[in-house]
Amino acid sequence: MTIQTTHADVPSSTFSEGRTLSPAQLAWHRACRHPGLIAGTSFIVLIALLAIFAPVLAPHNPYAQEVSQQFLDPIWGEGGSWTHVFGTDALGRDVLSRLIYGARISLTVAFLAASAAAVIGTAIGMLGGYYGGRVDAVVMYMITCKLALPGLVVTLSLISIFGSSMIVLVLALAFLFWDRYAVITRTVTMQLRAREFVVAAQALGYSKARIIISEILPNLYSHIIVILTLEMAIAILVEAALSFLGLGVQPPTPSWGNMVAEGRAEMLFLPHLVAIPGLAIFLLVIAINLMGDGLRDVTSPDGR
Amino acid sequence: MFQLFMRRAIVAVLMLATVSVLAFSLLRLSGNLAAELAGNNATQEQIEEVARSYGLDRPFVVQYFDWLGAAVRGDLGRSLFSGEPVAEIIASGLPVTARLAVFSVLLIMLIAIPLGVIAATRPNSWADRLTLTIAAFGQAIPNFWLGLMLILVFGLYLGWTPISGQSTWQHYILPVITVSLSSLPATMRLTRAGMIDVLGSDYIRMARAKGLPQRVVLYKHALRNAILPVVSVLMVTFGHILSGTVVVETVFSLNGLGYEVFNAILRADFPVVQTVVAFLSCVYMLLTLFSDLINAKLDPRIALN
Repeated sequence: MTIQTTHADVPSSTFSEGRTLSPAQLAWHRACRHPGLIAGTSFIVLIALLAIFAPVLAPHNPYAQEVSQQFLDPIWGEGGSWTHVFGTDALGRDVLSRLIYGARISLTVAFLAASAAAVIGTAIGMLGGYYGGRVDAVVMYMITCKLALPGLVVTLSLISIFGSSMIVLVLALAFLFWDRYAVITRTVTMQLRAREFVVAAQALGYSKARIIISEILPNLYSHIIVILTLEMAIAILVEAALSFLGLGVQPPTPSWGNMVAEGRAEMLFLPHLVAIPGLAIFLLVIAINLMGDGLRDVTSPDGR
Repeated sequence: MFQLFMRRAIVAVLMLATVSVLAFSLLRLSGNLAAELAGNNATQEQIEEVARSYGLDRPFVVQYFDWLGAAVRGDLGRSLFSGEPVAEIIASGLPVTARLAVFSVLLIMLIAIPLGVIAATRPNSWADRLTLTIAAFGQAIPNFWLGLMLILVFGLYLGWTPISGQSTWQHYILPVITVSLSSLPATMRLTRAGMIDVLGSDYIRMARAKGLPQRVVLYKHALRNAILPVVSVLMVTFGHILSGTVVVETVFSLNGLGYEVFNAILRADFPVVQTVVAFLSCVYMLLTLFSDLINAKLDPRIALN
């Protein structure tokens, strides 16, 4: 693994006017000139707004079935009209509206899963990194065992046992993603442990819990946010795959994964029913990855 | 080398024990596997009957050692659904999945390593941009969707390839492309980063100063060192592909291990699920052990640590 340096290591850079910037200001300064980060973040904000204001923005009720309206062409098709821009599906439901509502599921599940994994992984990683010795050996052992298990098969089993409610979905995905946080926070904590501010806190007689939470954790935030972003992208893909397999979000709730699954039967004649939700997943994941890579660039000390 | 092997082997056995316990508890986590097997409308008596006939009424520890003992003697149990021995289910599914994984890893090597090397030697060239674009695409395309789109274009519209089944090598073309594209980025980025790292080192400057041709510098001096982490990541990729083909096998109707285990999961067929999970973990551990040994062989410094 590459050695990650932390916020605390960023030398306060001086710009031409001789002003000294804090690490956060420096990151902000770089972010404003990072096209990938700006493009990715803007797209995510757009999708997030669509998801939040879905009831206002969606042209139709995503659940409303209209048998007489089934398989209407999208706007570029022969019988296309502005009433149903992306046409309708097998049950006569408006595809655009389902797509907008589907964004809610994708973003919520992915964000909650990546966050839950962050809490679990960071706790484990910090413990191993700070205490070292036997505790660390146990942590390393847990990580290796996790890596050896076939993650997707385990996740599928967990969901099939506990049912595919939102909470199960989030926790099962969190199980899949905690290890990367643990690996990185463990390494960084090890590096931080020897630093002056931690030694000073120890000399002041702070408890270990206090040192971990108030001295070390704040230095991990920039790493955690970068991993969180990149894991969210993977979580969206996995959630979509689970829905596609029928073990994710259950119909009739629209999710991009089960829209692909539902469109599959008519794929030959109505390819847009499969193509559109898949493209939506693809674009959102690209945007999140752009944002994650951008965040890593602007928060890393050399600002690559 | 031998010491390293022994140390790693002991850890592997320990891990195997842990992982087998986890695999064994997986479907039992719900607390009442018998109720699940008996179905929704089963009476209490029927549930107890099911529990007795599958030995689920015994203590967990007894069940575990019973399973483990039989597994060590070569008896992996039978499917609850079809009565078929689990060993046969694995034996019938594994070749399909293994073929998929081997072809995919070969394709990944063929594309990722040359592109990574070219991208590293000419930063910001078209090759570099192409590499980064492929990596970005591969990471973001949902593989089930890519599979469907490939079926649509190459199978249905153009009619060049079969779209489902596994009887000929042509059947593997689309699945292999689907699997490779999502696993490609890691290898490609690692080759590129490793080469950039190595190309900046003193001994490469030395090799160039001696007047060695670019080809020799690149492939004999640089790639040899940059390839170490790539070997490990290819092993890991191979392991991930073996255990992660559920989705692709479903899309292309391949009757591989992923498809078998997915059906078993849906039916709460616990003898199949626990054994396949343990088996896949085992394979993964062997692969990482193997990759460590290869690395130690290629770089003697590793064996000394």
